[in-house]
Amino acid sequence: MRGWLAIYYRELLILKKKFFRQIASMSVGPTLYLIAFGLGMGKDVQLAGHTYLEFLIPGLVAMNSMTQAFAIASEINIARFYWRIFEEFQAAPIRNIAYVTGEVLAGITRALLSVTVIIVLAFFFGVVLSYNLFFWLAVVLNGFVFASLAVCLAMLVKSHADQALLTNFFITPMAFLGGTFFPVDRMPHWAQKALFFLPLTHASTAIRGASFGHVPDLFSYFLLAAIGSILFVLAFYCVNKAKD
Amino acid sequence: MIRLENLTKHYRSVKALQGINLQVAAGELFAYLGPNGSGKTTTIRILTGLSRPTLGDAYLHDQHIERDTLKAKRQCGLVPQTINLDHELTVFENMDIHGRLFHMPTKERLERIDELLDYVELKERKASPVKQLSGGMKRRVMVARALMHSPRILFLDEPTVGLDPSIRRRIWSLVKRIQQGGATIFLTTHYIEEAEFLADRVAFLDEGRIVTVDTPQNLMARLGAWALDEIINGEMETTYFKSREEAKRYIREQQGSFSLRRVNLEDAFIFLTGKKVLP
Repeated sequence: MRGWLAIYYRELLILKKKFFRQIASMSVGPTLYLIAFGLGMGKDVQLAGHTYLEFLIPGLVAMNSMTQAFAIASEINIARFYWRIFEEFQAAPIRNIAYVTGEVLAGITRALLSVTVIIVLAFFFGVVLSYNLFFWLAVVLNGFVFASLAVCLAMLVKSHADQALLTNFFITPMAFLGGTFFPVDRMPHWAQKALFFLPLTHASTAIRGASFGHVPDLFSYFLLAAIGSILFVLAFYCVNKAKD
Repeated sequence: MIRLENLTKHYRSVKALQGINLQVAAGELFAYLGPNGSGKTTTIRILTGLSRPTLGDAYLHDQHIERDTLKAKRQCGLVPQTINLDHELTVFENMDIHGRLFHMPTKERLERIDELLDYVELKERKASPVKQLSGGMKRRVMVARALMHSPRILFLDEPTVGLDPSIRRRIWSLVKRIQQGGATIFLTTHYIEEAEFLADRVAFLDEGRIVTVDTPQNLMARLGAWALDEIINGEMETTYFKSREEAKRYIREQQGSFSLRRVNLEDAFIFLTGKKVLP
């Protein structure tokens, strides 16, 4: 299993090389959302007893940790189709489970980094929430789900161009509908039922609850852990399948 | 030692390998020669665990490539046809990651990187990002990287493709030195002179089948020592002779334009397969 460390180390090196570019890229989206929705809507709009800006920040944390964890799929595809590094990993005496573990950890690391960026931005916008253990646990589980999904899909696509399509189909709808910008319980009943099946809905619920210092809704945590574990196992099978 | 038993690979309707049986002895430099699409890379991909055979078995020093895959992989180094270095990373980082993938301890990794970069004459480029290196330098880094974990078998898949002749010869010297260090080398190439210069034995591969296996000298000797090329009705025809005198006697008796040269491995390939080894 030591092979995971080599894979993770390589991803960290790549992240280090592009650190300032990554931080800048992780900041652009949340800054725009904070200006447009946060400041634009003003502090007068109240949702669930909080200003809209306070409501929005945990949603951005959930959304950004999702997109950044999922972005590992692009890194895998560049390594696989462009630089052909995937072959170097496949020819090494490491198990496929070690490869998946290294890549998923890299995805979670990116998610944590993007959340740190949002916390700093939120501070500049005058919002400080409760970033307790349950907050970070929810972020890690969200990263786990979407990094595992990223490895699965990265192994199934046949070209780098297919990856953009998958992002459009899976990630973009989830980003807007998963309780990021509005409370899901204000949607019609049928929509609430449908949105219940999105992992991001549960990540938003868990992260928002922890940020507001509420008693954690353990169901969301268990559900994220279960979905993440299933996707992790699927990712392992997808790597095996990608061999030929 | 490398052993292939009835190795077969089908990609849907394409029969890439059709029952290959082959043994390569320890310490041997073995060349696998054939035109594009003949199954050279497929064989290497199976032997290095990158692909699964449809049928048959492959062993590296008695380790089955599928059943004992991790043990088998530990014994081999691979220099693939396409450059697969991390261009964002430095030469050192590329080699270091390889060492980590093969579970090498830190001290051993650091020593081995210095030793190998010295060996491939790239010590001064240790901290250079790979994207700043020339094609020949990248190839040498790939060879050094493949040697990091001291493999007993080195697979070289078209190691000099696209390189200019002087760099190609430099890689050849490197390959010879690696063999002298005790490694078994399995080389695929479509450069006939590469196989002729380097190999102890050569296999001619055509449409997924081995046509023949022998030393380059024996393969060439099957035809004779001298080759006479002449154009007949717009087509190049080659006649083979045991001695130069015999060839000269033939020229005196015939009329036309001739070119006399020594028999090479390409003659043997064309003679046995009826095809040219074109890239």
